[in-house]
Amino acid sequence: MQELITRAKELLADGTVSRVLGWKKGDMGWDPEPAYFEKEEDLKDFVYNPFCGANLSKYLIAAGKLEGTTLVFLKPCDTYSFNQLTKEHRVKREKTYIIGVGCHGTLKAEKVLSAGIKGIEDAAIEGDTLKVKTLYGEKEMPLMDALLERCKVCKGKIHVVFDELIGAEEGEEAGPGELAGNRFAKVEELEAMPPKERFAFWQEQLSKCIRCNACRNVCPACSCLKCVFDGNQFDSSQKANVDTFEEQMFHIIRAYHVAGRCTDCGECSRVCPEGIPLQLLNRKFIKDINTFYGEYQAGADTESRAPLTDFTFEDVEPGIVSERGGGR
Amino acid sequence: MQVENTEFRPKIVAFCCNWCSYAGADLAGSSRLAYPADVKIIRVPCSCRVNPMFILRAFQRGADGVILCGCHPGDCHYTTGNYYTRRRMTLLFSMLDYLGVENGRTRVEWVSAAEGVKFSTTMNEFVAKIHELGENVRLEDLRCKN
Amino acid sequence: MYRIDKSRLAELFAAISGNQDLFLPLRKADQTNYGLWSEEECFDLDTLKTVKSAKDCFFPQSEVLYRCKNEDGKLSIDPQKLCDRPFVVFGMRACDVKAIEVLDRVFLSDPVDTFYAARREHGIIVSLACHEPEETCFCKNFGIDAAEPGADVETWIIEDSLYWKPLTEKGEALTVSLAGLLENADAASAPDAAEKAEKAVAKEQSSIRDITEKLPLSHLNLSRFKPENTMELFDSPLWEEMYKPCLACGTCTFVCPTCQCYDIRDFDGGKNGVQRYRCWDSCMYSDFTMMAHGNLRTSQMQRFRQRFMHKLVYYPANNDGLYSCVGCGRCVSKCPASLNIVKVIKKMGGEA
Repeated sequence: MQELITRAKELLADGTVSRVLGWKKGDMGWDPEPAYFEKEEDLKDFVYNPFCGANLSKYLIAAGKLEGTTLVFLKPCDTYSFNQLTKEHRVKREKTYIIGVGCHGTLKAEKVLSAGIKGIEDAAIEGDTLKVKTLYGEKEMPLMDALLERCKVCKGKIHVVFDELIGAEEGEEAGPGELAGNRFAKVEELEAMPPKERFAFWQEQLSKCIRCNACRNVCPACSCLKCVFDGNQFDSSQKANVDTFEEQMFHIIRAYHVAGRCTDCGECSRVCPEGIPLQLLNRKFIKDINTFYGEYQAGADTESRAPLTDFTFEDVEPGIVSERGGGR
Repeated sequence: MQVENTEFRPKIVAFCCNWCSYAGADLAGSSRLAYPADVKIIRVPCSCRVNPMFILRAFQRGADGVILCGCHPGDCHYTTGNYYTRRRMTLLFSMLDYLGVENGRTRVEWVSAAEGVKFSTTMNEFVAKIHELGENVRLEDLRCKN
Repeated sequence: MYRIDKSRLAELFAAISGNQDLFLPLRKADQTNYGLWSEEECFDLDTLKTVKSAKDCFFPQSEVLYRCKNEDGKLSIDPQKLCDRPFVVFGMRACDVKAIEVLDRVFLSDPVDTFYAARREHGIIVSLACHEPEETCFCKNFGIDAAEPGADVETWIIEDSLYWKPLTEKGEALTVSLAGLLENADAASAPDAAEKAEKAVAKEQSSIRDITEKLPLSHLNLSRFKPENTMELFDSPLWEEMYKPCLACGTCTFVCPTCQCYDIRDFDGGKNGVQRYRCWDSCMYSDFTMMAHGNLRTSQMQRFRQRFMHKLVYYPANNDGLYSCVGCGRCVSKCPASLNIVKVIKKMGGEA
């Protein structure tokens, strides 16, 4: 972390960048907030630890409109979002100085707290153990029990875009880390259920939705200036949880609108106050895209055409869905 | 004496593209080919105009089945519109299936202006399928139900 | 005072719901929220903070106000029936109970909100003391005592017993209806049991108070948040700095037990007529207070400032100094960008 601060100070001092976008210490040790630092002395509150889950890519849409270059710290998976935004002309690559930071996983604070670890000051990951520095001394817990869902199926340690790397090696192995599981496991499990049970599963999950729109607002792919759900002519109750239909509609359409552009950064499920596994909707689209149109990772590059703005003459017919039956 | 009609009359929305399928429906009509009156046609400039939201809205408003008809791939009036439709609908239908909506409530069929017969058989088949599936309850909005 | 074995809570709930609807924290799909109790549901009294507060029971997130229908040219308007059946909300914590007072001052003052008033009239609140307040709790700053939650009946769960103390007429009536289940621990009629109960409760209370005293957020400095400082706080350059991470989502407002803003909308149900309903609104949303000419607050900074100025300055200015934050800490644990009212209090209150 000290290395990051030192480098940021250097870049601020020599005028390469006008501001730094990073994470600021919170009150608790587990609640760092995304923040801008404009002066060297502000950086005393800078923090980077496994609780810094926030993907800063989306903030760069706003930062791109500011005077001067912004220095940003991006974790490997955050760089995919940045690339995707570059491709959509939403961020300005030339006005961004990216330092790729190493990442060994980000944490779900709730899980650490509910494991009875209190008075958290700092945390570090060592192998498959999470070491937490607390007011009451050092505490440990198995890493897998504390990780955010997205990190359990980590898509790799490689930064797809950066100006320099700190705490990470260039050319570090692509592909998921050694702990990573199959990200489609739960999707496959759902697909194997009878439709009735699947419906019940989604009904139970989606009826929890409180329409806070956090999933949408945090999503780097949801970068519309005015969301279709915010139109006041449109008959959609974007803030009322009226009954299950509106919630279903919102989540299907939201997932659909980011299909082919979603990098699977997992921010939507990280922020959901009701713990709805929203990644399962996005991953279904990713899985289908991979099956029908070939493997595709959004944000891996800035040139390729997204699956939904592309086609081939030989594409499968929509009828495939009922032919193959049972949700696969 | 009024006889109460309790028989299930499905509500079916058919989005037809202006250039092929709508003309196909016309041909079915002028050739006196029958298809059930339960099918309500909405004419769209191109099958590609159909936003996935249209389909969900139709279900919300009480449709029991939604069918989308367009030109055969390669024949699109706008050259490539229906290729995009094909991808979009494949993904949408797969998602609906994943959410537990019965398979078969949605369908895409390519119907050219010369295929009056195909239009009529497709609609007959589709209506039969919806009869088999019954009323749409999983995507309904209670506020729209009588 | 009365007592019942913790293992018999399900019986107690069954007895309560025999006479009226019972709402209490239920565990569903890995989250705890207030919901209607039935035997199949799994109640959860261990979770300190339900995701949404019990506000939902009195001021639901969305509710229909009336329906109109046009049948053969005849227009009919069918107002929504007001709540006319008693119901019980069990397990409300001290902060959520206090939040009801905040809502009362808004909805029960002239013009009275009849929907809310009817629910308040028919609702009986059974509160529950917080066995172990968490580090996100800061109710103490607002003069709330987690050990004495108040309302119609207050209860404590101590080891394997639940102690039950009716405080109001409504509470007494509910207690009488449960006479078969609740063991009497009244000083007059059962002095031994009473002594034991009082001792247990007193011990629990002092332990709760000790914990609250030590919590990291228990000693905030609220002294600057006074009506006379309104303009100074409003014009502070700190807002510009603080709001930046805000995503403009509505999480904080929807999990907040005191946020009371709502929007009124129509739903066109086609042949089924039009429903006019109201739903919670969030001052974080860009269409909040949207009027024909546009919006008063055009930037997220202004919206962000509005939320905290309302809680800490405007509301108390109009309500005898009562803050409209109760320190439940839901926003502290739920904000996706880890912003919250505590950070605002600290920063605006002059703390580094």
